[in-house]
Amino acid sequence: MLGYLLRRVLAAIPVMGVVALVVFLLLRLTPGDPAAILAGDNASPAQLERIRASLGLNEPLYIQFFTWINKLLHGDLGVSLISNVPVLKMIGQRVEPSISIALATIIVSVVVAVPLGVIAAWKQGTWIDRFVMGLSVLGFSVPVFVIGYVLIQVFAIDLRWLPVQGFKSIANGFGPFLERLVLPTLALSFIYVALIARMTRASMLDVLGEDYVRTARAKGIGEIAVLFRHALRNAAVPVITVIGTGFALLISGVVVTESVFNIPGIGRLTVDAVLARDYPVIQAMILLTSLLYVTVNLLIDVAYTLLDPRIRY
Amino acid sequence: MAIELLPEPSIPIASPLRPRFGFFTSSPIIAVASLCLLLIIVMAILAPWIAPHDPMQLLPAQRLKPSSEKFLLGTDAYGRDVLSRIIYGGRISLLIGFGATVVSIAFGLLIGLFSGFFRWVDAILMRIMDGVMAIPSILLAIAVVSLSGASVATVLIAITIPEIPRVARLVRSVVLSAREEPYVEAAISVGSGLPKIMWRHLLPNTIAPLIVQGTNFCASAILTEAILSFLGAGISPETPTWGNIMAEGRAFFQVKPSLIFWPGLLLSIAILSVNLIGDAARDALDPRMKQREGGK
Repeated sequence: MLGYLLRRVLAAIPVMGVVALVVFLLLRLTPGDPAAILAGDNASPAQLERIRASLGLNEPLYIQFFTWINKLLHGDLGVSLISNVPVLKMIGQRVEPSISIALATIIVSVVVAVPLGVIAAWKQGTWIDRFVMGLSVLGFSVPVFVIGYVLIQVFAIDLRWLPVQGFKSIANGFGPFLERLVLPTLALSFIYVALIARMTRASMLDVLGEDYVRTARAKGIGEIAVLFRHALRNAAVPVITVIGTGFALLISGVVVTESVFNIPGIGRLTVDAVLARDYPVIQAMILLTSLLYVTVNLLIDVAYTLLDPRIRY
Repeated sequence: MAIELLPEPSIPIASPLRPRFGFFTSSPIIAVASLCLLLIIVMAILAPWIAPHDPMQLLPAQRLKPSSEKFLLGTDAYGRDVLSRIIYGGRISLLIGFGATVVSIAFGLLIGLFSGFFRWVDAILMRIMDGVMAIPSILLAIAVVSLSGASVATVLIAITIPEIPRVARLVRSVVLSAREEPYVEAAISVGSGLPKIMWRHLLPNTIAPLIVQGTNFCASAILTEAILSFLGAGISPETPTWGNIMAEGRAFFQVKPSLIFWPGLLLSIAILSVNLIGDAARDALDPRMKQREGGK
């Protein structure tokens, strides 16, 4: 187990290396002077020089790369070109709303989607199954910002049950925090529910034909227990996998949702950085979210051994 | 000598690949989805003839007007006709959707074929692909657009890059299993050239999975373009795209919600239709998947 863990961590290093290389080359390989691209059309020579110095653009390419990697490994993600604040500090200040939405979405999605998928598989071919599958195609197809505005129109403007936009830190009390979290979470959950419900159904269908399910039924165990204790446990691995691979979807979703609901999280930070061409912030966000994605999927691989004792490495 | 003059035997490939109209009418849902998509395509192509107004024409006196006989869906904050902008907006969405699909399949196919066939490039190419796949595609796309400036070509490239590794991986896995088949072994042993082996024996195996992957990606490319425009990191705002119309509508959402709902509805219908056709194509091309409809 420990050996496997070590191998997996080692395998993640080249992946992150490629991510770093892509991020590094993205700016340098874009046609034109990188400093001029970042500074915009009406930048003064002094501004250009400041950007060049800040990003080390006057050095040869390979020296730039190793200096940059060296800084990264020491936790230095650079300084914003706009506000001169260290990027890591900027991200730290805006991370709470994004993590809140992401966690709430995962919880809501799993709680809703897994039972939906189980029921759809159990009632395969009936209208319930078709309804769930239809809902899932819809979830894939309606963009999160369209869902977001529909929810705002219905629940915030027409019914006035919830605030339209914004975010309140949990430090200001749980009520206001939760109130502003409901709509963004619901909007973002749609696609995740669609993804997980689909996979749960598919995986359950594979398992429901197995001998041990028939045995469990023959023993007279209640249907609910058969479905959730005997079948779902064996169907869990692909479902957990899709939660991991769907994590990339979640990150993109958070970026869009924060723009719809005016939430000052790291998604908004990224969009603002893109609009201002604040490249250190953009590159830090790409690096951190990729690292997060790789880590989540690594943890999930490790979790297989706990979920399914048959998997041994 | 006569043998060489015989016509080449046709490659037996899955039957739904031949142009069959029957597929599009195989179920009522697919028929409706195909019809919707066809209507949107026709609308986009005929935009200059069916749009009632010039989508770029500014009429400052007519700002944010409600629906009327002259402006069926009203006007936006600059006095431009919303209906005309929506009709024109379909052009960009479809262009990007289909264009990004074709380009990503072309590059992914090339990388996947080589990676699956030549073990020595495989390790390197696949590590690079793993790295690119670890980057959330929206972030990669907005970074590319923000650096290279917003044009249709940049947006197309930005949406294509994150998809190439996924196509390459798919093609590689198909090639890896196909190259163990006796007919490939036989082709190698009779001395068939590499291009011929790839073209005649390996490529046909990849077509069915690529059609499925391609339709799914086409839907998500249309979505990504709209997201980029919506975030302000897409094609320049005066160009009518569904995402741009919605992005401009954000500020006036409480006054005129239809600026978001109409393009949003059309966008959703377009993506939904492509997704439904993709699901049906998968069922038709891979009967084993009919039961399970696995994840995307």
